[in-house]
Amino acid sequence: MQETEKLASPSAGQQHRGSEPGGSSALVQLLLSLLAAAVLGVVLWQGFLYLRDSTDPKWVIAIVAILWGVGGVAATFFVANWLIEQLPMQVRQAVTPYLFIGPAVALLVAYLAAPATRTFIASLYDRTGANFVGLQNYLTVFTDRLMLEAFRNNLLWILVGATFSVIIGLLVAVLADRSRFENFAKSLVFLPMAISMVGAGIIWNFIYQYRDASNPQIGLLNAIVVGLGGQPQSWTTQFQPWNNLFLIVIVIWLQSGYAMVLFSAAIKGIPAEILEAARVDGATEVQVFFRIMLPFIRPTVITVSTTVVIFTLKIFDVVMVMTGGQYGTEVIATLFYRSYFTNRNFGLSSAIAIVLLLAVIPVMIYNLRQFREREAF
Amino acid sequence: MASKIVTGKRNHLLSDLLVNGSLALICLIWTIPTVGLLISSFRPMFDIQTSGWWQVFPHREWRVVEEITPGPDLDRQGVMTFAGASGTFEELRQGVAADGVRVQWIGNRRTGRVEVQERVWTMNTDFTLDNYANVLTGKRYQVRQPDGNVREVQGDNLNNAFLNSLIVAVPSTVIPILIAAFAAYGFAWLRFPGRKILFIMVVALLVVPLQVALVPILRTYVNLRLNGTFLAIWLAHTGFGLPLATYLLYNYISTLPRDILESAFIDGASHFTVFTRLILPLSVPALASFAIFQFLWVWNDYLVALIFIGSKPDVQVLTMRLAEIVGSRGNDWHLLTAGAFVSMVLPLLVFLGLQRFFVRGLLAGSVKG
Repeated sequence: MQETEKLASPSAGQQHRGSEPGGSSALVQLLLSLLAAAVLGVVLWQGFLYLRDSTDPKWVIAIVAILWGVGGVAATFFVANWLIEQLPMQVRQAVTPYLFIGPAVALLVAYLAAPATRTFIASLYDRTGANFVGLQNYLTVFTDRLMLEAFRNNLLWILVGATFSVIIGLLVAVLADRSRFENFAKSLVFLPMAISMVGAGIIWNFIYQYRDASNPQIGLLNAIVVGLGGQPQSWTTQFQPWNNLFLIVIVIWLQSGYAMVLFSAAIKGIPAEILEAARVDGATEVQVFFRIMLPFIRPTVITVSTTVVIFTLKIFDVVMVMTGGQYGTEVIATLFYRSYFTNRNFGLSSAIAIVLLLAVIPVMIYNLRQFREREAF
Repeated sequence: MASKIVTGKRNHLLSDLLVNGSLALICLIWTIPTVGLLISSFRPMFDIQTSGWWQVFPHREWRVVEEITPGPDLDRQGVMTFAGASGTFEELRQGVAADGVRVQWIGNRRTGRVEVQERVWTMNTDFTLDNYANVLTGKRYQVRQPDGNVREVQGDNLNNAFLNSLIVAVPSTVIPILIAAFAAYGFAWLRFPGRKILFIMVVALLVVPLQVALVPILRTYVNLRLNGTFLAIWLAHTGFGLPLATYLLYNYISTLPRDILESAFIDGASHFTVFTRLILPLSVPALASFAIFQFLWVWNDYLVALIFIGSKPDVQVLTMRLAEIVGSRGNDWHLLTAGAFVSMVLPLLVFLGLQRFFVRGLLAGSVKG
């Protein structure tokens, strides 16, 4: 972006139209806009009270809530702009940018930056947040038996889950690229992206259903095992420590589609002449893949891998729904939840959250560096 | 020369087969779980519990052709013969085969009966909409069990949860988009002190895990008595979705041609007018991409809802309700299968209808925190 070519101030044009502040019409405008702000404030407050306390039928509340929420934000922007336009030119020019970025920045600070800071501070205090304990919570985090189990499982999730998601995504992208049924196949693999992890948990719980060997199996996996002459297993509970793998399969199923879409686009971006030239020179398909395609889509591989690793690191829903963290399937995010909501340990839960944050800091630094390289902002 | 062409052709055919074959296999594995659940959701409650969903496809099954009630004077300790098959009680319990039929002892040694079964092709096509009626109305309803008894079963009302999901998802999608679009315009086209550092904050927050923010926000909410209100969860989703929204929309808006804007400014338009009249309409593709992304994200979210809605049953969203059914009635598959599909209908429609936009959004580089 060119720093020199700043936009001409829009106010220059407005002055020509003679709508300068001053005079009775400006005063009317000012009063009107103040009135609008006051009315808006009252309406929004009343709406809030209504939504908090109402016992009307659900669909009435639904309509009011959606109108209030969406309309309220739009109206607030509109009225705020109206107010700003009543200000003297100089002030207006200084204030306008903050009308645009202000709400976003305020929310980012209120919902991410400030809470993260508070969490960090809380992690240095005890379970009630009253006494300073230094790094005691972190010591617990890295020595507690359950925590270590969670770390082991998270590592397994990343090693197996993330790796297979990326590999399967790449495989499908490469195969689909050479198939006549490309779009159909891609849609099918991509579809689980629309399914919630709770929904996916139910879908796979059904696959993993266990019935006593004397009854017909209703879970597909056990039916296959029994059909092949094996014994039925309760895959996600008693089948330790392999049960973790059966949970990981769910997430591979969910996010391979994401990897596939990104890889597919990247593969389409490889110039056809390069691939053709290699094939004419007698390269086998395997060589073409490893020597040409893979180096070419390396940036995408990195992006996809980081995204998938971060996603897998924070895995929560699947474990919560499938096992609740029992049977040795605890992960960092479920422990975080339990240590605050079950054990009421504010300090420890904060420390666990900070550990998650520390794990993504390299990615954050990488993003920032990329951003700085990419553009002279 | 000719033979070379033939082998080339054969190789081509072979690799084509290999490619499509493995692709078909993967697609099959990827689709079966969902299909199984979908089929099950239309099967009667008792069928789901006693036979696999694949029984709706043609398969071979033993069917009873004759029932024999053994006389009281039959020696049940020794070898018995029925319909040409003989065996001890234990063998008969397992089933004994004899010219095309199987003879099986059902029930206990003293009062049981004997079934003569024949293996026939069959399919189990007993479908019903009861499960859906049941999760949508929540009424107690009656089920006829195979033994003829009628049992009352408590349904589960997902209507409420569905509406709640909608109330949560729509504003949680629109509000962050609106706020982020304003911010993206500000960062792209306006110059003000702190611009660079604030945008660096946006980029840094892209990957911050939600977990670091949840508990302090929850504590603030509890103090403000905001917990369990829609406003609370909208704002939370807005805050968590903003970094990605701002980043994506900034990437898009900053590449719009400058000349359009400049001519508008010369005509005396204010930034606000330019934004609402020009930038928003021009950004529709980017807005749509993010909207789908955010909608799916919010609709499918479990963690944020769990923490900020907590246990208030009247504002529970679908994911929470379903997770609760899994916990309390995890074996009521007639509820779970239909319930899961009720929760998937809307995202699947959005997804299938607007896949193109969604993919574009993903490609714009999305790492969500």
